Amino acid sequence: MNFNITQEQQQFADALRRWVDKDYSFEHRNKIIHSEQGVSGEAWATLVELGMTALPVPEEQGGFNGSAIDMMVVMQELGRGLVVEPYFATVLGAQFLKLAGGQEALLEQVAGGELKLAAALGEKQSRYEMFDIATTAKKNGDGYVLNGTKTVVIHGGQADKLIVSARTGSGQRDTSGISLFVVPADAAGVSRRDYRTIDGQRAADITFSNVQMPASALLGKEGAGWDILEAATDYGATLLCAEAVGAMEALNAATLEYLKTRQQFGVPIGKFQALQHRMAEMFMQMEQARSMATLAAVKVASSDPEERRRTVSAAKARIGQAAKYVGQQAVQLHGGMGVTNELPAAHHFKRLTMIDVTLGDTDYHLARFAAQPGFKKSA
Amino acid sequence: MDLNYTADDLAFRDSVRAFLDASLPKDLQDKVLNHKRLSKEDIVRWHKIVAKQGWVGTGWPVEHGGTGWSPVQRHIWEEECARAGTPPILPFGVNMVAPVIMAFGNEAQKRHYLPRILSCEDWWCQGYSEPGSGSDLASLKTRAERQGDHYIVNGQKTWTTLAQHADMIFCLVRTDPNARKQEGISFLLIDMKTPGITVRPIIMLDEDHEVNEVFFDNVKVPVQNLIGEENKGWTYAKYLLGHERTNIAAVGRAKRELLFLKRVANEQRKNGKPLLEDPVFASKVASLEIEIMALEMTVLRVLSLESAKRGPGPEASMLKVKGTEVQQMLTELMVEAVGPYALPFDATYLEGEREHSIAQDDDAAPLAPYYFNYRKTSIYGGSNEIQKNIITQMILGL
Repeated sequence: MNFNITQEQQQFADALRRWVDKDYSFEHRNKIIHSEQGVSGEAWATLVELGMTALPVPEEQGGFNGSAIDMMVVMQELGRGLVVEPYFATVLGAQFLKLAGGQEALLEQVAGGELKLAAALGEKQSRYEMFDIATTAKKNGDGYVLNGTKTVVIHGGQADKLIVSARTGSGQRDTSGISLFVVPADAAGVSRRDYRTIDGQRAADITFSNVQMPASALLGKEGAGWDILEAATDYGATLLCAEAVGAMEALNAATLEYLKTRQQFGVPIGKFQALQHRMAEMFMQMEQARSMATLAAVKVASSDPEERRRTVSAAKARIGQAAKYVGQQAVQLHGGMGVTNELPAAHHFKRLTMIDVTLGDTDYHLARFAAQPGFKKSA
Repeated sequence: MDLNYTADDLAFRDSVRAFLDASLPKDLQDKVLNHKRLSKEDIVRWHKIVAKQGWVGTGWPVEHGGTGWSPVQRHIWEEECARAGTPPILPFGVNMVAPVIMAFGNEAQKRHYLPRILSCEDWWCQGYSEPGSGSDLASLKTRAERQGDHYIVNGQKTWTTLAQHADMIFCLVRTDPNARKQEGISFLLIDMKTPGITVRPIIMLDEDHEVNEVFFDNVKVPVQNLIGEENKGWTYAKYLLGHERTNIAAVGRAKRELLFLKRVANEQRKNGKPLLEDPVFASKVASLEIEIMALEMTVLRVLSLESAKRGPGPEASMLKVKGTEVQQMLTELMVEAVGPYALPFDATYLEGEREHSIAQDDDAAPLAPYYFNYRKTSIYGGSNEIQKNIITQMILGL
């Protein structure tokens, strides 16, 4: 048993951190956020150059075949650096392609950084239940016609292609009858409303009106998309867990620094026990979160879906709790400064809060954890 | 990163399981699994069985009769014992005073005491806390004055766990009242049968006799019972506190108790369905189970640092805080699970003197006492607030 990351993983992390420190400063990030695109082509080019887009892609398609542990290391750094580029969305999209199989050409483009992806899954009524799909794909000759609206699609506005879940059969809330498609974002009938999210990222609402899709747009088998969808979003949740740990690290470090420097009543405020104990609790929350992010990264590739669901939901729920505690306390300990938009810490807090409501919040994952058959096993 | 045990570890685990299957007496196991109270005889009996196997000194070097196990092997042993439901091996001799004797005692002390600790010939208790000292241990007032080849000890210790059974007590005593408070302390081994020692029971919330006050009235202690140098006792005490804390989180027992909680919650009904299917209660149990998963991973992470000879240092404080939080949550949910059946109190049943509890619910009978008793865990061994102070200073540098 060992918890060490490899030398290569450490090198990836170091390279990312150097880039964030040097070229992705908080001020620079603010400029990117308030630019029209909301993301930076230059930053994307660097991520590609650093091998980040190739990392999760299989070797046969020009990638490094990185494991979830490799990705954990990367996502922690992106979380620490509050990177707003469409990396997570692309990696999540690539995971759909990997699980569906037969998408070598697209994966090669992902590895080379030429293709940005986004997963268009959620709908107005679905909340976190990704099987609740009203969007339809009707057979039309050899192909399909897509109709429906997807909401809050992370980096949907920046993607070249969209992974779309749609109903080819069964009822609106069934897990059968779900199919997945790859749709070019500029296809006729696709309209996107791109907007800024409160944590400085981008999302889009996307409407599909009579979008004509060839048979080749189908990922995997018709009507059998649920297993892929669930496994891919579990993978996405695992990446978010790692990103959250990175954000908590940065937030704790900033708060600790503030406690050591900010003077009140003639001493650094870190001398006050009421504050010290909260900082100690923030530290412990982060370590428990790190344990769960690691466990999820190890288990997300498990061949046993129940084990995967159980571990990923445990991690997402626990990290949601930790993130709330760490985020809220960090703001409180920063005092008035903590509620301004001027501090990086405040933005880590916002990102942590939004991670919780992405791909299932704490309550959702607690309930999902408790719904696994293993939960009721007893002495 | 590899979270799997090695083939050697798995083989070791099999050997531990085989030993426990063959050697743990059923009546002792029943008592433990059913949350009944253990007598002195129960604890000594189990200790002697483990001693015969040579597995008492799990943290000891082989030269002193220890197992020489790795941190991972010790973890496996502790987890398997918890799973099987063994009585505890009490820490006071094996894990507390023995490492101090090994590190700072003289040859005669090592030869005399260490074998007797392994065999449970002596039952040890710990004389640290005093009335008014609490977590401020160094403020202790018990005096030891040198008179020829004896110390004369006067004062009072308190919260002395199971002192009513003890043959020996290891004490921190003040030998130089004029020195700075940490510098005038010595570490003395005292025979509990010495004239002038009085033990007074303190009864806990669950009406169990678990701790005591120990009074010293002109107690004559031979000078050869001093460990190391006079006035250096604080150094030894700190060494002791930093020693042997890997099992502080007691994850193995928490995992077993979680299964018990689920069994009880499956049997209790709410709205005609098992309580465990009630979404509000299930959510609490799920949170707790996830906390135990996280704690286990954190323990394993600390353990891997320890295997690499990098700890456990102040990380032990984190394990203590989170471990005791888990234990307290478990007992809290157990009481919630049985609801009104938490009310009947039957000490006779808990002592094993009656086969079934008076209200005919043997699962429920111990749960409220268990809950009340376990409020101690966030207070003893350095309160959780003190542990947060340690994290604050040693890890965060505030």
